[in-house]
Amino acid sequence: MTDNTELQYTAEHEWVLVDGDTVTIGITDYAADKLGDIVFVELPAAGTAVSEGTVVGEIESTKSVGELFAPVNGEVVEANQAVVDSPELVNSDPFGEGWLLKITAPELPKLLSHAEYRALVGE
Amino acid sequence: MTHDPGTTSPAAVPDEGDAARERRSPLDAVHRAAGASFTDFAGWQMPVRYSSDLAEHHAVRTTSGLFDLSHMGEIVLIGADSAAALDFALAGKLSAIEIGQAKYSLLLAEDGGIIDDLVVYRTGEDRFMVVANASNAAVVAEELRTRAAGFDTIVEDESEDIALIALQGPDARAVLLETPGFGVEGPGNDEEDFDARIAALKYYRAFPATFEGRPVLVARTGYTGEDGFELYVAPERAPGLWAALVETGGPRVTLCGLASRDTLRLEAGMPLYGHELGRDILPVQAGLGRVVAHGKEGDFIGRDATAAGPAEGARVLVGLTAEGRRAPRAGYEVYDGDGADAAPVGVITSGALSPTLGHPVAMAFVAPAAVEAGGLHVDVRGTRIPASVVPLPFYKRPS
Repeated sequence: MTDNTELQYTAEHEWVLVDGDTVTIGITDYAADKLGDIVFVELPAAGTAVSEGTVVGEIESTKSVGELFAPVNGEVVEANQAVVDSPELVNSDPFGEGWLLKITAPELPKLLSHAEYRALVGE
Repeated sequence: MTHDPGTTSPAAVPDEGDAARERRSPLDAVHRAAGASFTDFAGWQMPVRYSSDLAEHHAVRTTSGLFDLSHMGEIVLIGADSAAALDFALAGKLSAIEIGQAKYSLLLAEDGGIIDDLVVYRTGEDRFMVVANASNAAVVAEELRTRAAGFDTIVEDESEDIALIALQGPDARAVLLETPGFGVEGPGNDEEDFDARIAALKYYRAFPATFEGRPVLVARTGYTGEDGFELYVAPERAPGLWAALVETGGPRVTLCGLASRDTLRLEAGMPLYGHELGRDILPVQAGLGRVVAHGKEGDFIGRDATAAGPAEGARVLVGLTAEGRRAPRAGYEVYDGDGADAAPVGVITSGALSPTLGHPVAMAFVAPAAVEAGGLHVDVRGTRIPASVVPLPFYKRPS
């Protein structure tokens, strides 16, 4: 389990783990909880160029559909096949096994700290 | 990540009432203690789920689930002409049902459009209880009052004074029988009598029982496609009854929110007001032609319009299934093909990845000619997925 206080966040309820010039992204526990049981995840293939703020994937629960936004400019290096096969991982371990994409991102935009994000969701 | 409330169902049913007044169930504290997540439903704060919609859904199919439906409206008619008043006010022939019987019915507008769908219980020779959707309860009460004006009957909206708890699923009957505290109204009033009445209780029947000495109407009705019971009880008695069912049922009773109720009723092919039913829809379009009793004597509101029927080619409600895991959802367009020249021929009213069946299921209003022709596709956020027309319900419980 990732220490989620070390992560950075977006206002779209995504988390970003920075490791050199690669970032790993996922959705927060708050977002997973709001969606309910996640039953389908669609992610872009490795090699796809993504730009910050654009829709790159979808996360569906029994109740609704959430869009996944790229939090950075870059190129997808890996999509988590495990969550495509077992979407419930996003509910059970949103900060760990439920990660969604690894993206090469030479430059990072301004992201939210853990404290800023928790303030945003009112916790 | 954004959450799109436009696709959220059943919370998408608009609040027709006083939006500023947030209403809470008599079981609100119980739900909060149980860790429920809440949703606004027609101005009520109701549990959407306790832990997992899917687990709650499966529990109802395999053991049993407990639902708080206290937001539903209950309108009572008392008086010698109550049956005649309902025959005039509603689409069905309510005078034909026996004491202790329930009947699904519709409140129609003059133009045949559906104002609400209802379950009507005959609780006595001269009395009935009409159960309406939460979003329509006030409208139904007002319409019934207006329509019953010339009849010897009093129409009372008792929604505030009646809570509703549903226990649904294959274990529901056993749990109800094992729960201590039930009796039958009147002399005797012991558990043995209660057990005998439950054993004899047929589907869509109800009887006046007691719980800890206070009245509870026990009905064998539901909205999940499973066998089950609905218990109408005074609000102050609801928490005690809820707790007794939970304690007795143990692992056989799962607390269930409105999210699972929606997927359960969808699998069972049951319509939801605001989705499959509305003011612009005639009963026959929604497959409810049989609910309109054209054979009954006397006039009733909506008779002429429903007899005339909808316009030629009016869209009809159909069941759709698809492969894969992407669900058609309410509002998505249905096309007659997947090419660039394909034309829109319908719209999805409800849809989900069926938890029981494992593939997408949906209901949609589609032009009859397109249903006949086949080759339908649903536009799922820009991707056309093929859909097959299937008979409803999608799921039928093993008998």
